[in-house]
Amino acid sequence: MTTFAQRLWSSTLARHLLLAGLGLVAVALVLESTSAFRNGQFAVMAYMGIAAGGLTVLTGLNGQLSLGHGAFMAIGAYTTALLLSDRDGAPPLLVALLVATVVTLVIGAGVGVAAARLHGPYIAGATLALAIAVPGIARYFQDTLGGEQGLTVVVPDIPGWFADTAYFITANDVSTSKYVAYVGWISLIVTYVLLANLSRSRVGRTWRAVRDNDVAAEIAGINLGRARVLAFVVSTACAGLAGAVLALAVRLAAPSGFMLTLSLALLSAVVLGGLGSLTGALIGAALLTFLPQVVTGVGLDAGLSDLQAAELAPLVYGLTTILVVILAPAGIVGTARIAWRRRRS
Amino acid sequence: MADRTVSAFRMSAISVNFGGIAALDDVSLEVAPNQVLGVIGPNGAGKTTLFNVACGFIQPDAGALTWRDRELRRLKPHQLAGLGIGRTLQGLGLFDRMTVLENVVVGADRHARAGFFAGMLGLRRSAREEHDLRERAMALLDELGAATYAGQLPPSLPYPVRKRVALARALVSEPDLLLLDEPAAGLSGDDMAELGELIKGLSQRMSVMLVEHHMDLVMSVCDHIVVLDFGKNIASGPPAQVKEDPAVLAAYLGDEVEHDRPATTRS
Ligand SMILES: Nc1ncnc2c1ncn2[C@@H]1O[C@H](COP(=O)(O)OP(=O)(O)O)[C@@H](O)[C@H]1O
Ligand SMILES: [Mg+2]
Repeated sequence: MTTFAQRLWSSTLARHLLLAGLGLVAVALVLESTSAFRNGQFAVMAYMGIAAGGLTVLTGLNGQLSLGHGAFMAIGAYTTALLLSDRDGAPPLLVALLVATVVTLVIGAGVGVAAARLHGPYIAGATLALAIAVPGIARYFQDTLGGEQGLTVVVPDIPGWFADTAYFITANDVSTSKYVAYVGWISLIVTYVLLANLSRSRVGRTWRAVRDNDVAAEIAGINLGRARVLAFVVSTACAGLAGAVLALAVRLAAPSGFMLTLSLALLSAVVLGGLGSLTGALIGAALLTFLPQVVTGVGLDAGLSDLQAAELAPLVYGLTTILVVILAPAGIVGTARIAWRRRRS
Repeated sequence: MADRTVSAFRMSAISVNFGGIAALDDVSLEVAPNQVLGVIGPNGAGKTTLFNVACGFIQPDAGALTWRDRELRRLKPHQLAGLGIGRTLQGLGLFDRMTVLENVVVGADRHARAGFFAGMLGLRRSAREEHDLRERAMALLDELGAATYAGQLPPSLPYPVRKRVALARALVSEPDLLLLDEPAAGLSGDDMAELGELIKGLSQRMSVMLVEHHMDLVMSVCDHIVVLDFGKNIASGPPAQVKEDPAVLAAYLGDEVEHDRPATTRS
């Protein structure tokens, strides 16, 4: 006999919603018990997590490599900055986030159509070119995009209902940085629920089939081009939303924030966590956010200068990623899963 | 399906040239409903080419394909399944990082209706369909004796099992015409006999076109045989008749001294 709880758990949607609810509670507990500085870091983790979630779907589920996701984040961030620039005339924040997502998605669709016609190394090359070109474009449009300085982002006032609800539940007033962290994490949770649903649906199965054997997938009636473009679109939509949250968290959309290193960092987060796993993407985002601090701290303690210590973090990433690729190519979550299976059997 | 009784698959006057070499020269055949048609011939005769034309992987230089009394033009590989034509790949082409069950469910994709948003929002419609497709796939694995492997990944399975999985994936779409590319390759005697029985049983549900160079299998399961040599159709008819045909005997004797023949490829 199955209990109600078992039946609930066996429904994919109910399971994902339940996890989302628990996630939200955990987020509230963490954000309420940490400092404003940490809240800011959690906002960073949120946008990295959103972008990494989208990338892990593209690379892990559909086998397409993108070296240019930082560029799509830039599109989302600049769109948000432009939409919110006039405090009085700005649309509601939710609308701004959605518009930033849709604008990025449309551009992503264009790139995706081109990418679907290309093969592995050429897709990598094309997205790499994008990662390098987009900051240049932003620099070029001095008047609209603010050139090298970029655009400062006006975070809208915290809506009354949000402040009241938060006060009612937590008995704390909401600071702007905490508000942004909440917006980031709610965005992340919604994104992850949708991505998890997709991954368990016909769409996700189609993506994996195309990844594993495109000829066999085609024989089963799957339109390869459509499947690949769809994966690209979904993935860039996530990058756009991530860019919008970044704009709020950093309060700035500037070319220096979207250099190639951002795209590479995202890729390393996805590889570290385990390709195709949303949990892995989240772990990767956490490493990306908190590891630099730790590494820089260790470097300073060891007597390095500020500058040297700051340069240590990318080095540690690079090396860790290479080690993971060589020693545990399944990533953190994948390796844990394999070990778990072995113990059980 | 009502039209199953009247539908035949026809290849009419097909010619394919690979830069000067006539891989197929004016070949015609018809797979009648519920018939098992075998295509045989020595190495380099054009069997693989014929198969690839039948499933739209090669556009013929001349000739036409007709299916359900409609001409198939500029067929794209992904349109095949929707037309009720299934095929297997010689290299099996299983999805190595998906479970056996998932592999078979992909084969049923042409019966799936749930769209992108239903999947993303986890609508009940999508969940129920997933459940149905899994049951369907499971039933087929059961029928082919591979149900116990449902949760495993293909690379960990022995070759004959993987072969069944590939067959299950082609059958779960319930095609009206099944194209089999050398299904016996790599199978030993017992497995081959079992395969023969299986193919015979399939003809109650669909038409089958079988490209194969294992004579015994072809002779025992096919209703009708087409013999190719140097891209030409040198004989056709029921197994007993083809076996005695002097042209066929000559072609197969010629095959023994294969190094005397012009450049050929195995596949
Ligand atoms: N892609 C190709 N390019 C050039 N020649 C080919 C190609 N495929 C097959 N051929 C030639 O066409 C002829 C028929 O080949 P094929 O259809 O593979 O024969 P079979 O499958 O009966 O062994 C052979 O002479 C072969 O060399
Ligand atoms: Mg061949």
